[in-house]
Amino acid sequence: MTAPSSVDGAPGDTAETRPTIAASLIEAALAPIRSVLTYAGDRTLLLSGAMAGLFRKPFRLRLFLEQMDFVGVGSLPIICLVGLFSGAVSAQQAIAALRIFNQERFVGATVGISLAQELAPVFTALMITARAGSGMATELGSMRITEQIDALTTFAVDPIQYLVTPRIVATILMMPVMTMVFNIVGLLGAYGYSIYFEHIDLGQFLEQFTYWTDPKDYIIGATKAAVFGVTLSVAACYQGFHVRGGAKEVGLATTRAVVAGSVSVLVSDYFLIDIFHILWPYQP
Amino acid sequence: MSPPSANQPAVVDPSSAGGGALARRDDRWQIRVRGLHKSFPPQHVLRGLDLDIERGRTNIIIGGSGQGKSVLMKHLMGLLKPDAGEIWVDGVNVVPFGDQEMAKLRRKYGMVFQYAALFDSMNVVENIAFPLLERYHLPKSEVMDRVRDLLKRLDLENVGGIEQKFPPELSGGQRKRVGLARALIDRPEILLYDEPTTGLDPVATKNVDEMIQRTAHEFGVTSVVISHDMASTFRIGDRISMLAGGKIIVSGTPEEVLQSQLPPLREFVEMSGLVAPGAGSGAQA
Repeated sequence: MTAPSSVDGAPGDTAETRPTIAASLIEAALAPIRSVLTYAGDRTLLLSGAMAGLFRKPFRLRLFLEQMDFVGVGSLPIICLVGLFSGAVSAQQAIAALRIFNQERFVGATVGISLAQELAPVFTALMITARAGSGMATELGSMRITEQIDALTTFAVDPIQYLVTPRIVATILMMPVMTMVFNIVGLLGAYGYSIYFEHIDLGQFLEQFTYWTDPKDYIIGATKAAVFGVTLSVAACYQGFHVRGGAKEVGLATTRAVVAGSVSVLVSDYFLIDIFHILWPYQP
Repeated sequence: MSPPSANQPAVVDPSSAGGGALARRDDRWQIRVRGLHKSFPPQHVLRGLDLDIERGRTNIIIGGSGQGKSVLMKHLMGLLKPDAGEIWVDGVNVVPFGDQEMAKLRRKYGMVFQYAALFDSMNVVENIAFPLLERYHLPKSEVMDRVRDLLKRLDLENVGGIEQKFPPELSGGQRKRVGLARALIDRPEILLYDEPTTGLDPVATKNVDEMIQRTAHEFGVTSVVISHDMASTFRIGDRISMLAGGKIIVSGTPEEVLQSQLPPLREFVEMSGLVAPGAGSGAQA
């Protein structure tokens, strides 16, 4: 039995076929890189188109206010609920750890810093992704499959400027605000749990909190929140805007929007922490 | 290649595509399409399509599902760019147009979408007024006057509380009329209808047909109707073209089209019940 000609260089292995195989191998090796670049490129184009629309007439203030209401005011109950319990749980865990060293009085500082820098922006972003991001993807996807986006184009309206710009800008603006709300409610949850259930001294709680937390912590949290606003809103708008097909595809796009938005928040969080540690080294 | 003559034969000869002769305003033909190709890999949807749209008449484009009728419509509207070919509107090839030129061109057009494509977040008045509000700075009273005039002319004014209703609260026929009102509000020269009778019962279908005819006469627009409803096609069409295999295979008056013995057209006409299977040409049911 002879080996396949393409392997041993037998007569079937012509000069014409060899480059094809090599090209296929290179193609296969480059495919993941191309996918990543295409993924990033498509979203960057959408973001740049949306940002360009921000500085071009007509300015539709009403659309921005509507989206700020949807992303911000509409998310307030869920942010408050999650913030309250996240703060309480953080305090519970912090007290359990600090008790080993008999240092429960530091709970205010521990929870304050972790909320400001990490928990508030990340949890707020995840909540906004789940609520507003999914809503954006579904609404834009439905508009796409019912030809409402095509209709906008027929009226000489740029659908990216009309639909995507307000959503992205509103999310960027509202994310830091909602993060601050999360901080405040989270601290109330931590305060309530520490004082009423763990009987931590109120004065010590507040003293340690005010001594150790810094405006820098809140600036870092708010900046992260704004960046998360970009990633989650671009993920949601991209998925919704590019739906093809019917109701099933809208559902799938919504799922992808939530997954992509959540993952992008957590991945960008890691890199943002690194960037902030370089820009703003920790000094006890 | 010579341009198509005024007395174009019923069966289109693709070789009749003309270059220089198309570059002038023609009193008879408002839109002329030549050699249009469009692929959505792996599908080659339009394969060198030629089409002429007659000014001020109701032009129907028929064809089976998946033949590319809506793709053709989107090319006419400038929503899609062809891979190759030319689209001449009033003597100007619009294919090379950029976004701004295309936006200006679209003011000539009104489009009635298959399912009306009304904006869900807006009520009827906001939907109809949308093109005016986006394009011009008109006084609110003038916009409202034009909206109410259209509601009246399209028999919508007697629907209780229609102005404040949202699209989901309207029936299929009412949606089509509101969609038509929105398309008409900026007084277009060309009205495109994408399968306007799809999903409607026979009575609503007849009403929509009458609406298309009445609109063509009252507003003096050139109508282009994409359809696979043969009864409607022969009821309202002044000129009928059949799209099959990515090309226009037949084009002419309803009588000329009924005379054609081309197998795809015969099959289409016979399956629609307009003529008995195997009946001779022109044997209208």
